[in-house]
Amino acid sequence: MDKAALATALGSPAAFGQSQFAFMRGNAFEAKVKADGGTELLRLLYERLGGPGEAPHEVRVPDLAAAGPEGRAARTALALREATAAQGWTLLDHPLLALEVAGSPAYLEPDAVVVHPEGTWTVVEIKSFPMIDGSADAAKVGAAARQSAVYVLALERIAAMTEGAEVGHRVLLVCPKDFSNLPTASVVDVRKQRAVTRRQLTRLTRIEDIAATLPEDATFDPGCSPQELHRAVDAVGAAYAPECLAACELAFHCRERSRARGAVEALGRSVRGELGGLTTVGAVLAAAAGKEGDPADPTVAALRRAAALRAEALEGRAVCH
Amino acid sequence: MSLITTLARLEAVESGRAQPLTTVRHRHLTGRPLVLVPLATAGEAGAPLGALVGTDREAPRLLAVAQPRDRELRFAFLAELAEAVLPHIESYAGVVEPAERSQIDPETGKKTKVEVELCTDAAQLIVPSRAGIDFVRLLGRSMRFRRTAEDDPDTPYPAPARVPLLGRWLTHYAERARVPGSSLLLATTDLLNRHWATGQSSLEDQHLGALLAWIAPSDGGSGAEAALRAELERDREGQLLCPPAGPATDPAFDNRLLAPAIEAYDRARTALAAAEDGLAADALLAELARAERQIRSLLAKVALPTWDAVWRGLDLLAGLPEGARAEDRWTRDRWSFTAHRDRVLAGEPPQPRRDDAVTAAQKLASREAAQAQLDAQEALDDPLVLAGRRLAGEAFVGEVTGVEMAYSESKRPSPRPLVTVRTDEHPHLGGRTKVYRSLDGKPQTAEFVSGTPAEEGGLLLVLRITDRMGRSKEPAPGSVPEPGDRTVWTLFEHDPRGGPKLPDPEETPWTHGGPPGAAVERAERPDPVTAEDLL
Amino acid sequence: MSSTRATFDPGAEATRATDAILHDTLRGSSRGVVVDSPPGAGKSTLVVRAALELAAAGRPLMVIAQTNAQVDDLVVRLAEKEPGLPVGRLHSNDSDPYDTVLDGLENVRKSAKATDLAGLDIVISTAAKWAHVKNVEPWGHAIVDEAYQMRSDALLAVAGLFERALFVGDPGQLDPFSIVGADQWAGLSYDPSASAVSTLLAHNPELPQHRLPVSWRLPASAAPLVSDAFYPYTPFRSGTAHGERRLAFAVPSDGSGPDRVLDEAAESGWGLLELPARHTPRTDPEAVRAVARTVRRLLDRGGAATSERSPHPVPVTADRVAVGTAHRDQAAAVRAALAELGVTGVAVDTANRLQGREFDVTVVLHPLSGRPDATAFHLETGRLCVLASRHRHACVVVCREGVAELLDEHPSTEPVQLGVTVKFPDGWDANHSVLAHLAEHRVRWRP
Repeated sequence: MDKAALATALGSPAAFGQSQFAFMRGNAFEAKVKADGGTELLRLLYERLGGPGEAPHEVRVPDLAAAGPEGRAARTALALREATAAQGWTLLDHPLLALEVAGSPAYLEPDAVVVHPEGTWTVVEIKSFPMIDGSADAAKVGAAARQSAVYVLALERIAAMTEGAEVGHRVLLVCPKDFSNLPTASVVDVRKQRAVTRRQLTRLTRIEDIAATLPEDATFDPGCSPQELHRAVDAVGAAYAPECLAACELAFHCRERSRARGAVEALGRSVRGELGGLTTVGAVLAAAAGKEGDPADPTVAALRRAAALRAEALEGRAVCH
Repeated sequence: MSLITTLARLEAVESGRAQPLTTVRHRHLTGRPLVLVPLATAGEAGAPLGALVGTDREAPRLLAVAQPRDRELRFAFLAELAEAVLPHIESYAGVVEPAERSQIDPETGKKTKVEVELCTDAAQLIVPSRAGIDFVRLLGRSMRFRRTAEDDPDTPYPAPARVPLLGRWLTHYAERARVPGSSLLLATTDLLNRHWATGQSSLEDQHLGALLAWIAPSDGGSGAEAALRAELERDREGQLLCPPAGPATDPAFDNRLLAPAIEAYDRARTALAAAEDGLAADALLAELARAERQIRSLLAKVALPTWDAVWRGLDLLAGLPEGARAEDRWTRDRWSFTAHRDRVLAGEPPQPRRDDAVTAAQKLASREAAQAQLDAQEALDDPLVLAGRRLAGEAFVGEVTGVEMAYSESKRPSPRPLVTVRTDEHPHLGGRTKVYRSLDGKPQTAEFVSGTPAEEGGLLLVLRITDRMGRSKEPAPGSVPEPGDRTVWTLFEHDPRGGPKLPDPEETPWTHGGPPGAAVERAERPDPVTAEDLL
Repeated sequence: MSSTRATFDPGAEATRATDAILHDTLRGSSRGVVVDSPPGAGKSTLVVRAALELAAAGRPLMVIAQTNAQVDDLVVRLAEKEPGLPVGRLHSNDSDPYDTVLDGLENVRKSAKATDLAGLDIVISTAAKWAHVKNVEPWGHAIVDEAYQMRSDALLAVAGLFERALFVGDPGQLDPFSIVGADQWAGLSYDPSASAVSTLLAHNPELPQHRLPVSWRLPASAAPLVSDAFYPYTPFRSGTAHGERRLAFAVPSDGSGPDRVLDEAAESGWGLLELPARHTPRTDPEAVRAVARTVRRLLDRGGAATSERSPHPVPVTADRVAVGTAHRDQAAAVRAALAELGVTGVAVDTANRLQGREFDVTVVLHPLSGRPDATAFHLETGRLCVLASRHRHACVVVCREGVAELLDEHPSTEPVQLGVTVKFPDGWDANHSVLAHLAEHRVRWRP
């Protein structure tokens, strides 16, 4: 589903898009890292992850081209098995992995997977944000780790059927070094993200279950009228929080709805923490003003105390000194 | 988020206007701040695209990099930035007053007072947003290890003369910005968010345009609607009317306007380089100048709204009276400014890439102390901030209902009067919790003795006052509150102290890797440069 | 491991571990020895024993603990074991700097000045106080207690005072924290906001590391869950077998939720009293009353605990019961509710303050109960670990329905700092696994 097109049709276009400068740099960097048959990439990998096994001299880079995602995924699985049996260094450039997500197959494309001579498979993520003096933007590294954890899980399904294969839980993150275009790398332990993702995958609502809760005539076709689309989108339960703005094309639409409802979450998840069962701006303010709510409810009592203290301070009664 | 802040946000939603979070301004603003609005190239670390800089809101200086991936042009930009920033800093570095500092005499090991210079004021730097502070840090890091031709005649791609020095100053400012309550380098969004609550989330509050729209909508209408327009409204070319405050630019700007302009510039340069005779070169040079002007005008257009927004923000802040203790924190900033000036004058090397163990621990300890101090000072300076602490049970206001004289059990009994205070609040008192009140600007300590429900509602708290009553047997006049007095007590100290002294770096213990030694020298080496500096 | 399962002798395993630790401490050549101790694995016993053996060997010893309560507790334990041993209690200049119990101990000298205590076999104080001690001859040996709760910068301030040290602590409990950001040092081996042990091991990876393998506190019903959920890579076992610990009530159940959950907990070691789903304030009055009511019924029904400690059942009195919460205001609300029901003497505190303590039965107000959001604070692995590992017999958790769904809405999206050794497990994941286990011992109740 094209959520960006849907958002535009709903009248809340997303401010998304990537600068072509960033895009070009990202591509140029990945090409530089993988240049020369992956020599530099394998050198970094061996330097950071070490043995067992000899330092890579010869690196096989199998052709993974095939027709369609299923074909490419099958080709990747075959290449992984062959590489493991060959007991040498193999670089899989943009392999395609299949993973069942919410009951539907999803295809994933890691930047690279390296097969070590002794059978370990290592996920490689190439990012264009810099590592400056050995550290990098933690939010971006976190996102890369979660992304890699999904690849690890997908690879584990293939490894389970491959003699002598084991998927490394330490992935290699390759980034530009300092202010240069030279690659540097860091090992990221993704055991935690893997455990979390695995649990999330088992807990994700199946897509058919979501579809089953929708009205039969629901449509997400951007060509439909805004009214029809609004109805359909609103039928899908969505818990809007401001964090969505950075992640989802539909966030501006959801925010508009959330604000219209007077939902307090529109101000941030943390706002709700102390508001107990009160979920709308109107209800909170009415409770604070003493117009609604049970004074025995600790939330209501605290709100009234807060309102009184705030009013007292704003009246400028000199209480200090 | 405290409930009182939440309430302010909800009031903002309802009223459509931002609501005050403070009654005073808690950050010092100098009369002549240097405003810097930097722009960066997407996807490239520390690659400046342009900047507006200056102390006169009517006359910003526009700096631009026509081709951000060209090292020479980048150096030219940085040299120009140094010329815009360093004279401002130096104008403060030269004006000093005598001051005293306690220092440990290396021979006797005793604390002695030494007379030193303290800059009477410090240069203040204002950027639009927190990302701007990070960019200042990044610029500082990218410049301070550079070598100039004077440093090393053999260095490849020498940096312009004052660039490494600017790197050191920007590094110092960015590092100081991490100290709670400091005001050397401030982000306008942080300043505004400290003083007003909007009806949107703190995430959305990072958008300077939207934030200002909530506080002072330009058309005087609904702040909420003005904020939405600031976030989303675009002109017919698809460009945001209120561009992001940077340093990142809007992708639509990059792709639709900037990229074609840079391409035109590159074409003109290539053509100029291939020019076969002087006449053709003149024409091509004019073409190149035109292409460069086009880029400059694009950057000016996209940065000017932010420039104006920063100044409007400063106007709003200047409208608040400064909190009494903000000056005290600014004095610390002046000490920090002076200390860096002295390090530069003494010819010390640039700040290392990473702190050694002792420096890191010292910085953390001093920042924790600064945070505790800031929290205390803001509450003492501002009844609205204090209200939040009262709600949290960390302070209370009450009326004195009785005073009973008592004395300590020692050879020379000192006064320990028991003061009964009635309050409607719920302070977290227990055991012999210490509480403090401000007496002539200095903290007086008492300890909690007992609490019982009062007949007329609320609590009767008995507190034993333990200090600041003078040396004689009877408390000094005015040092003990009297019945009917309205008193303000805090459970937090008013002037929290820092931690213990740490070992010198040369005495770093084995648990922390021993003395840093050679690692220090390594940390100051210049970054390796590659022939190809761009991607 | 599986082959030894049938013949696992907890006493022998624990002795072997202790002997190795003492050997490395007294006779080893390393400057440091690190001991990981899961909840109730005999850490205090080990510290006292190591201290006495070092003293007996004529090695001047300093002991560094993290809180004054821990220091006083250690002094008392040492005096109980070896009343004649000269012990120094170095204390602060504050009023009431130490527990007055120490005044009754003949060979314990107290002073705020380290020089006053010079020459005593053992000198004990907090890390904060030790940090102010300057210009003294270093001690040959130190024991650092609760080393995982000590910050790296606190160790930096005191490490010059000793030549060698034994570091003991529980890696699964709450991490130390700082009130300001310390991200700029993340990934550095000496990150001042990290735990003392992580810095120590980053610089001295060759140091011998031991693990106490047996929890004497946690019953057989609890050790596997706590070990799997919070110590997945360093598992431990219970010192007692199923059936060795029993909890029984003289008064039969009245059929109410609290009684049914108590019966479930007595039978299985765990009980989940689940209240209807609802978003509530932190001091959810219904949940607070349910906690208080459960405690009241536990005491009223004449609970008696049978364990390896005594041949006869021992009454579960108020001092053997604790209530754990995430926040201070919740603890205050529970205290008030207990007072209303006439219950006194039950420890009610936050996870931070219950660290290191032990009870027969605990009643826990689940940190996520009724919450509309799950913050990093509420998801912190150590918090849940502390709350779920204070009991010798049974743990009752009171919680609103819907926490699993809440967790699903707040997927773990933690930032990752390069170079930082990953601490296991993830709070989100650990919360889910504890919840899944508790669900098997669920008693639904509509108060």
